Amino acid sequence: MERIYLDNNATTIVDPKVKDAMEPFFSQMYGNPNSLHNFGIEIRPYMRIALDRLYAGINAKESDDIVINSCATEGNNTVIKGVYYEVIRNTGKNEIVTTQVEHPCVINSCKFLETLGVKVIYLPVNSEGIVDADILREHIHPDRTALVSIMWANNETGLVFPIHELATLCREKGILFHTDAVQAIGKVEVDVQDVPVDFLTFSAHKFHGPKGVGSLFMREGVNIPPLLHGGEQMGGRRAGTVNTAGLIGMGYAMELAIQHLKYENTEVRRLRDKLEDAILSIRDVLVIGRRELRTPNTILAAFKGVEGEALIWDLNQRGIATSTGSACASESLEPNPTFVAMHISSELAHTGIRLSLSRFTTEEEVDLTILAIRNTVERLRSISMKNR
Amino acid sequence: MAKSDLIGGALWEQYSSKVNERMSNPSYMGDITEEEAKKLGGKLIVADYGAEVCGDAIRLYWIVDPKTDKILASRYKTFGCGTAIASSDVMAEMCVGRTVDEALRITNLDVERALRDDENKSAIPPQKMHCSVMAYDVIKKAASLYKGVDVTSLEEEDIVCECARVPLRTIKEVIRLNDLKTVEEITNFTKAGAFCKSCVQPGGHEKRRYYLVDILNEVRQEMENEKVAKGLEIKDFSLMNLIQKHKSVEQVLNEKVRPSLLKEGGNLEVVDMKEQDGITQIYIHYLGACAGCPSSKTGTLTFIEGFLKNELSDSIEVIIV
Repeated sequence: MERIYLDNNATTIVDPKVKDAMEPFFSQMYGNPNSLHNFGIEIRPYMRIALDRLYAGINAKESDDIVINSCATEGNNTVIKGVYYEVIRNTGKNEIVTTQVEHPCVINSCKFLETLGVKVIYLPVNSEGIVDADILREHIHPDRTALVSIMWANNETGLVFPIHELATLCREKGILFHTDAVQAIGKVEVDVQDVPVDFLTFSAHKFHGPKGVGSLFMREGVNIPPLLHGGEQMGGRRAGTVNTAGLIGMGYAMELAIQHLKYENTEVRRLRDKLEDAILSIRDVLVIGRRELRTPNTILAAFKGVEGEALIWDLNQRGIATSTGSACASESLEPNPTFVAMHISSELAHTGIRLSLSRFTTEEEVDLTILAIRNTVERLRSISMKNR
Repeated sequence: MAKSDLIGGALWEQYSSKVNERMSNPSYMGDITEEEAKKLGGKLIVADYGAEVCGDAIRLYWIVDPKTDKILASRYKTFGCGTAIASSDVMAEMCVGRTVDEALRITNLDVERALRDDENKSAIPPQKMHCSVMAYDVIKKAASLYKGVDVTSLEEEDIVCECARVPLRTIKEVIRLNDLKTVEEITNFTKAGAFCKSCVQPGGHEKRRYYLVDILNEVRQEMENEKVAKGLEIKDFSLMNLIQKHKSVEQVLNEKVRPSLLKEGGNLEVVDMKEQDGITQIYIHYLGACAGCPSSKTGTLTFIEGFLKNELSDSIEVIIV
């Protein structure tokens, strides 16, 4: 059976070109870049190229740091815990401001700091599903706020937050600002000279790079201790032998993502809109968040009378991979904070499914998906009570 | 934690093939009309349970023969995930041919067992067990409608863990009998809290009437209180705590010693008590005429100590301060 992958916000296919670029660094150029001999030395020019591509990808300055690590979860932990050690423990500032809709690695790192006595404020989203500057302004104070951490784009809804405005507000008040840009790279323009963030994190596998490698951008002048102590790799900012093949893959994946940014915002967007229009033509369907406010690849749709897990299960039977953040399998039945903020009927809380495309998604796949969704929604509505 | 937890089970991989089959091709799905019920000569029962807001909702249709109470036909409509659909389907099938009272004895555990491929292997992963509970609850609802009684009258007893059907009484018993101190121990003994974990503590998958943490605290507190109450009945002076000893000493002083002292215009007070090498030292202070009385350090002292030793224990020493 042909399989269709529409879960690109979870992870993506490694671009075959990226895989080819990584290939020599497993069995030919496998040296440790910290070694003195030629096995180590020969890797270093390639690492520099990869770093150049990453710096160019987010428009970082030579004087800034892009620390290579294992994933965005590691980067986010490094920032939040690093700010605790560097700022909270050494100054009177004891508050972190984040949002209710962050990835678990941010939420759970903050929860951990709460056990150490830190006050964490979890901002709600507004009726559009985004975090706006007005609510942030009410909750930050230069004497109390040690860090603000707000994602660039939301993984579930695809809604892009007004990061420029939020980061500028924090900069004006002299408050450190971190953004988890995992869902933004390759989908929207990310420029750290335009947007005054102090920390920015991302992961290669969300933009057709390999799993197990990510980056932490740190603006020149900001200083936090490393999460991993050990050798002098990454200038002491992150110990541990660098995942050289991963770094080289990530660098190339970044370059390709930037090259395809226009395609993503035209062709991927067109396919997404086509799929979305078809979904909206089914009765009793809601798509969460205004289209123009979302990343070009994401749809979070709620089908009345169709439980989310049942729908993705049915689609999986037909070879189509989608996902649900809500529902049965999750630990808690607490309603999704985005749904609550957007006044979406609680009856729909268990009906959300997410479809996320990529530049590898084809028109034919979209057409097949449209057919499959129509059929499966009809089948599941015939089982549920909403078929009348 | 163990090796098997590091990657963790994929949820859907843990569904039995029967669950898969019922989910893809449910055979009892649908509704039943009044006409169909009339045709079969039975009474139509339509029972609803759950709500879409909660993620699971089911409507059960029965045709019941009013003469024999036998369920002639059974169908359902359900809003829920794959396991909810599969559980509903198997439950509806199990109802057919049974009397209403027999159907009432079908539990979610029977439904889960019927979905197994291998009798020793669960049909669904633990966190999905609660999906089968709905199937049990809707039967009760349907039976109450048929019998024209309130659904609570069909509840046998308070169930704490719906997934494993463990009643409150059992949980209280195992805590007491086995001196359990943690929720994990309760789960190991009874399986309560091993599945969807909603009953472990507030904030889980769904709201519950009872939580294991509360039951544990309550029973432990009861056990503690009983222990203290028991202490009041201890007759052996050496086993008493210091407060109990003090009370016993005061009692002997009031009954046997103070009346004689008061006659002479004197009295005493206990100012301190200490345990020293198995000896209970009682520090007393004379009041009134006793203070300064020549025999207070000889005859009177022997008299007081004698009574205490006689009534309570030989290991008593009275010290004047």
